[in-house]
Amino acid sequence: MVVRTWRHINERYCLIGTRCKTCGRVYFPSRNVCPYCRRKGKLEEYKLNGKGKVYTYSVIHAPPKDFEKIAPYVIAIVELEEGPKITAQLDCDIDEVYIGMPVEAVFRRIKEDGEDGIIDYGYKFKSLEN
Amino acid sequence: MRDVAIIGYGQTKFGELWESSFRDIIVEAGVKAIVDANIDGEDLDAMYVGNMSGGLFVGQEHISSLIADYAGLNPIPCTRVEAACASGSLALRSAYLSVASGHHDVVLAGGVEKMTDVADATAAIATAADQEWESFFGATFPSLYAMMARRYMHEYGLTIEQLSTWSVIAHDNGSKNPYAQFRFKTTLEQVMNASPVAEPLTLMHCSPVSDGAAALIVCDADKAQEFAPKDDIIYIRASTQASDTISLHSRESMTTLNAARGASKKAYKLAGISPDSVDVAEVHDCFAINGLILLEDLGFCKKGEAGKVVGDEEKIRIDYDEFVTVNPSGGLKAAGHALGATGIRQVGELYWQLKGDKNCKDRQANIKNGYGISANVGGTGGTVCVHILSNERK
Repeated sequence: MVVRTWRHINERYCLIGTRCKTCGRVYFPSRNVCPYCRRKGKLEEYKLNGKGKVYTYSVIHAPPKDFEKIAPYVIAIVELEEGPKITAQLDCDIDEVYIGMPVEAVFRRIKEDGEDGIIDYGYKFKSLEN
Repeated sequence: MRDVAIIGYGQTKFGELWESSFRDIIVEAGVKAIVDANIDGEDLDAMYVGNMSGGLFVGQEHISSLIADYAGLNPIPCTRVEAACASGSLALRSAYLSVASGHHDVVLAGGVEKMTDVADATAAIATAADQEWESFFGATFPSLYAMMARRYMHEYGLTIEQLSTWSVIAHDNGSKNPYAQFRFKTTLEQVMNASPVAEPLTLMHCSPVSDGAAALIVCDADKAQEFAPKDDIIYIRASTQASDTISLHSRESMTTLNAARGASKKAYKLAGISPDSVDVAEVHDCFAINGLILLEDLGFCKKGEAGKVVGDEEKIRIDYDEFVTVNPSGGLKAAGHALGATGIRQVGELYWQLKGDKNCKDRQANIKNGYGISANVGGTGGTVCVHILSNERK
């Protein structure tokens, strides 16, 4: 799974997605085809500023194995300023979150592949209100 | 294209079937369907079987060979079909297309999932979502539907009581279904106070982990008369499918399933009917919120009104005559959700309901116009397959 991790470093560490030069739509994660313009589309790398609002969320009480230690935790879909929505954890108390909460991406450890495996890093979001 | 009929159906009980293996249950369902249709094995031209993840649940791929082999049906061609939880109805659609095209005359459409051989089914179920951009970050499959529920509550003011009524009705119906996983009734308080899975969803808003298999025999409509008496023939009037983004977050709206709207619109057009003509529906309530959303997306009520229809007025109940009867089987919530088998089980219930079969005598919907519809959802709506059945050929 090491390859699967470093293949996405641009996106998961730096929030780099793609933008279609033809229609101006921004995609995150990256796409190779613009679903609106298809062959007329032209995609280029595009760095997102990481700011957005909570679009919807849930507090997870029944976690998968990799996340057992941190449960209960908040998972959210964040609507970024540039348009795309992304799924990520919120680095906040479980009773703090609400729809519309302004948030910003932060670099965090996501999970690790056992004691000797690689550590996966990526983005979480934190509230901009504190 | 030729007209296609269903002439037989069989299923196992859904639930924790500790004594039975993957191959046991699909063979049981297949044999029941073949006997029910009054055909012999050699009458079959092909088999299509829906299965989400034999690989992750029982460590077995190449189940097409396994099934033909253990059913004693070699060398009849068998094909596995996969689209997460919509695998079953996609197998039916494959069978339907192969008969409608004239290539085959008699085909078995099956579905099977053996989920309880693994200690924790969660990781396998999560593969229906986007592994790299949803599951990687800690989203569970229930949490994706929980986020749909939260957003729906925000946009339309749905209450937790309205949402929870879905599960109460599902269990009432399931209590009348001998094949259902859960045959106990429940109350609003029990649903709302069950242990939280992913807020706002409790365990009682979620369908269970299930073993189960189901099989239908589909047949060219002209040839159907050779095997079955007229009353045992039900016609497939539409079989449609639509795709949408695999990730929930990529959608414009999270309170509607575009693929369900698209597939059902096309299906109504093919069958030449409107939602008003439908007597009975089997909809994919893997989580209660999805049941409500599908009632709207299938055109039974307006966007945002399902909470009232289900929660306050309970119009979906079997004995309410002015509205479509919804999930008389108990749905995925109570009848069980053996992923790959569910789409077939839904259509099997419609088959029984439309012909007034003895198997559903305690939960018989009032069949006025003779139409039933099923909606089977893969993942969070990345694939949706719709079938319309009727007791009239045209």
